[in-house]
Amino acid sequence: MANIFTTLWRVFRHAFRPRVTVQYPEQKFYLPPRWRGRIILSRDPDGEERCVACYLCAVACPVDCIALQATEDEHGRRYPEFFRINFSRCIFCGFCEEACPTYAIQLTPDMEMSEYRRQDMVYEKEDLLIEGTGKYRDYNYYRVAGLAIGGKDKGEAEREQAPVDLRSLLP
Amino acid sequence: MTTIYIDNRPYEVAEGQNLLRACLSLGFNLPYFCWHPAMHSVGACRQCAVKQFKDENDTKGRIVMACMTPASEGTRISIDDPEAKAFRAGVIELLMVNHPHDCPVCDEGGECHLQDMTLMTGHTYRRYRFAKRTHRNQDLGPFVTHEMNRCIACYRCVRFYRDYAGGRDFDVFQWHNNVYFGRQSDGVLENEFSGNLVEVCPTGVFTDKTLARHYARKWDLQTAPSICVHCSVGCNTIPGERYGKLRRIRNRYNREVNGYFLCDRGRYGYEFVNGPQRIRRAMFCYQPETAAEPFGRLAAIERARVLLEPCQHVLGIGSPRASLEANFALWTLVGPDNFYRGVSAKECRLTDTAIDMMRSSDMPAPSLHDVERSDAVLVLGEDLTNTAPMLALAVRHSTLQREIDLTEKLHIHWWDDAAIRVALQQRRGPLFVATPAETKLDDVATHIYHGVPDDLVRFAQAIAEALTAPIRRPEGMSPDLTALVEKVAETLYLAQRPVIVSGVGCGSEELIRAAANIAKALGSAGRRPGLAFAFPECNSVGLGLLGGGSLEEACRVATTDRAAAVVVLENNLFRRVPEPQLRSLVDRSRHLIAIDHEENETTDFAEIVFPSASFAESDGTLVNYEGRAQRFFRVLVGAEETQESWRWIWELLPKEQQAAHAWESFDGIQADLAQTMPAFAPILQTSPRAVVRIVGQKIARQHARFSGRTAIHTDQDVRETPPPVDRDSPLTFSMEGYQRMVPLSIAPRQWAPGWNSPQALPRFQEELRSLQELDYRGQTLIARLPSEESGYFASLPPAFERRPDEWLLISLYHIFGAEELSVLAPAIAQLTPPPYLALHPDDADELGLDQDDEVEVKIGGQTLRLASRWNLSLARGVAGISVGLPGVPPLELPVWAGLKRVVSA
Ligand code: SF4
Ligand code: SF4
Ligand code: SF4
Ligand code: SF4
Ligand code: FES
Repeated sequence: MANIFTTLWRVFRHAFRPRVTVQYPEQKFYLPPRWRGRIILSRDPDGEERCVACYLCAVACPVDCIALQATEDEHGRRYPEFFRINFSRCIFCGFCEEACPTYAIQLTPDMEMSEYRRQDMVYEKEDLLIEGTGKYRDYNYYRVAGLAIGGKDKGEAEREQAPVDLRSLLP
Repeated sequence: MTTIYIDNRPYEVAEGQNLLRACLSLGFNLPYFCWHPAMHSVGACRQCAVKQFKDENDTKGRIVMACMTPASEGTRISIDDPEAKAFRAGVIELLMVNHPHDCPVCDEGGECHLQDMTLMTGHTYRRYRFAKRTHRNQDLGPFVTHEMNRCIACYRCVRFYRDYAGGRDFDVFQWHNNVYFGRQSDGVLENEFSGNLVEVCPTGVFTDKTLARHYARKWDLQTAPSICVHCSVGCNTIPGERYGKLRRIRNRYNREVNGYFLCDRGRYGYEFVNGPQRIRRAMFCYQPETAAEPFGRLAAIERARVLLEPCQHVLGIGSPRASLEANFALWTLVGPDNFYRGVSAKECRLTDTAIDMMRSSDMPAPSLHDVERSDAVLVLGEDLTNTAPMLALAVRHSTLQREIDLTEKLHIHWWDDAAIRVALQQRRGPLFVATPAETKLDDVATHIYHGVPDDLVRFAQAIAEALTAPIRRPEGMSPDLTALVEKVAETLYLAQRPVIVSGVGCGSEELIRAAANIAKALGSAGRRPGLAFAFPECNSVGLGLLGGGSLEEACRVATTDRAAAVVVLENNLFRRVPEPQLRSLVDRSRHLIAIDHEENETTDFAEIVFPSASFAESDGTLVNYEGRAQRFFRVLVGAEETQESWRWIWELLPKEQQAAHAWESFDGIQADLAQTMPAFAPILQTSPRAVVRIVGQKIARQHARFSGRTAIHTDQDVRETPPPVDRDSPLTFSMEGYQRMVPLSIAPRQWAPGWNSPQALPRFQEELRSLQELDYRGQTLIARLPSEESGYFASLPPAFERRPDEWLLISLYHIFGAEELSVLAPAIAQLTPPPYLALHPDDADELGLDQDDEVEVKIGGQTLRLASRWNLSLARGVAGISVGLPGVPPLELPVWAGLKRVVSA
């Protein structure tokens, strides 16, 4: 008998505890920046597309839901001609972010991605590309790489000597 | 076989090789850079270090370079020795000191030997914190991209380009840390094999420039074993596809044919497959004067059947660029009497003669491998670099063979490349080049003779006579020439493995017969000579074996008898015979059905056009210059209504015939061909049947890491469709299937675990012993007749004499531009010269012609206007025309014609 009352008392007490559930969607809950939600493509500190179309995210993806095509601008800078993620297949494992050598592809704390039509889960580059640098503010791949692009000639990357003068006889 | 001990375990290896090769073939992961299976060892990179011990009691040992140490009986080495390991890791770290942070934007990435080796040695973190050395790049033309920062100075590129391929315009410059590999200044690489730098260079310094325009990583390419369609050599290739487009061609090793290399026409000619001139839909031409319009596949078939049904007979025009199966299908549709080969009468005669000569030769035609190993070569009349490029490379290589044989006496190992070159100095073995004009082989030839085709015949006959053939000796030869004849005859006689290479390029049947005379004379003197002919196209020999009349005959039949319909198979007739002759055949009142993959003048004329598949979209068999039948496999599924020609033809067959010919699959039509014409039965041994499975699986055309499977098509439809079914081969259009190594004749890629680059090959080859029964290297279709049956060819043309107002026009060939399909590729088109007429400068002077002046030629009712060019190697009274180039109509050469300078208004 006493047991029953103890239990009731406990249940009663819970009515005055602070709520754990929130009134979603009216009320949003906090998701840490490292949460693995909707994927975005970021830009480098100069505002250029970060993605260099290296295909590493695509090959890392266990469900193969990333497809892209590389292309080049007239100065040799690589970027994706198209970049597609089929979010109806994505399992938000974050492997693509880990594989990306340029911090271009990042997962964000946004998980509100329901759609009435599955076709709308297919995101193209226009849908993925954001204006900022996302989580990683300073990295600019092309400033480190040896490849010359518009505005950065050979020898102008970080820790590079000026190009060798082939006609010089000096040691 | 000898026994060597690796980490205290005994292994049996073939004698006389170096330790590196032995270790790789035993399946050990021993890193290396400068060694190359075709260019052998120089010991430059110090990457292949192992520890060698004197005997089992030696515990100290010493570090040696595996590639420079012979695998002799009882050799004891350790690969896993900590000191050897540390040494290798140190070498890699030093090589990587200046290496740029480029992998993500480097086209080599994913198939980079440097990546593989870095991983293999465990060098994963850069300790070097100082500034890196940088280099400027050069523009090397439309084929190869240059990114010098990535160089590790292994010297493979110069060794290939200069030593192996004979290029002069590429070298190593500067010194110590600054060595630079490139040209003296920017400019197009002149060598016809420059594309191999892409595969030879173990890093991303040289990459494929055509691939860069539509770049995809190796793991993303759908690939299948294929055969090059751009000349009669029939090199083995691996084309790669992504998103429905052909992206590139890579070499596929076949010891007998192309070995490790391809020519640039073969490597870069592929882009015609993606070109805007491709026909993708069945077309119908409503009115004679309007262009054909898409008509729908079923409607077009119905229409064609209605057209063909009432015809008593239909003329079928085959093609030397279509597969055997496609030609056979047409042969079946129209019947043997109405099948024509679709090439000029002259080409038919030349091809037939050459095939006859091969039949009556004592020896099977030499493969490229045989030519390479020959110790005396005579080239008769053929500009091989331009008509059969890889054959030229083999001939070039053969000039080292005799000298290499001699170095055995000096106790130099055959793989010790640097030592051999020092021992040889500039000495080269015998190569005699007798051609109408200069060729790129002249620089390695011991003796050169330039003469018009008839003079070449006299030259060849004189050699045969000197080899005691019972024929008349040509009279009036100069003492110098007589001495050369004696010299050639003696050298060929004394050689162990002499080879005579000729071809149809001179347009002289007599030359082909005279070449065979020499082989015959050598044969009766107890030698075993090889006799090879270069043919015009990839399946010229196959079509020749199939038989059928010439295009002119078809035209004649068409004039006399109003055959109502003509079916043209993958052939642009306007490239074959002059237009006026074609009028009776290609007539608006006649129903012309064309089956082709490229839009051209013939398809413009056609009433109905069916979109056939290019080599990349079809299965088929091609017969190369040796008579070797080789199978190629479908790489991608043709877009829209594209399908193989033989499938279209089957749909055109009357219902009752369709039942008789079970061509549902490729195996069906092959079996039918082998049964109908038993001479072709060996083609059944060129590939496994479609039902073959390896451990119950088909072979996957896609790599295990193929990406994007669930996203590629989702822009159109988010639902995924199953992969296309392949009923024609044991390969599948999927990543699900057998992924491990299979023999190269059916291998979609060359890959071994940890070896992603083309350098996987030495590892790859040896892993395959267990699947040997699936190794198909091609089958010869040329059944040899006993030599007694054919006598010597005795005729002697008169010696060439200049005519006062006429010039003897001969053909000059071009590797880039003279072939119908490759010229449609932008990179090749870029290097195609404008059509020209070449003259000796003195002749040009006489006509008042400067370089590039316009000159008018009248040949057989046609008038051509060409730019003039000087060519010092042409005899006076001879003019060369760049045949086959866009803008040059079909010509029957050699022929005499008048030349006139065009005075511009
Ligand atoms: S891994 Fe990064 S840089 Fe490479 S393709 Fe993906 S997003 Fe672009
Ligand atoms: S050469 Fe190889 S290691 Fe160097 S950047 Fe290219 S892929 Fe990377
Ligand atoms: S360019 Fe390539 S092949 Fe040539 S030395 Fe450098 S790494 Fe070796
Ligand atoms: S030699 Fe002929 S078959 Fe070989 S790659 Fe060149 S064009 Fe193709
Ligand atoms: S591979 Fe042996 S030293 Fe380079």
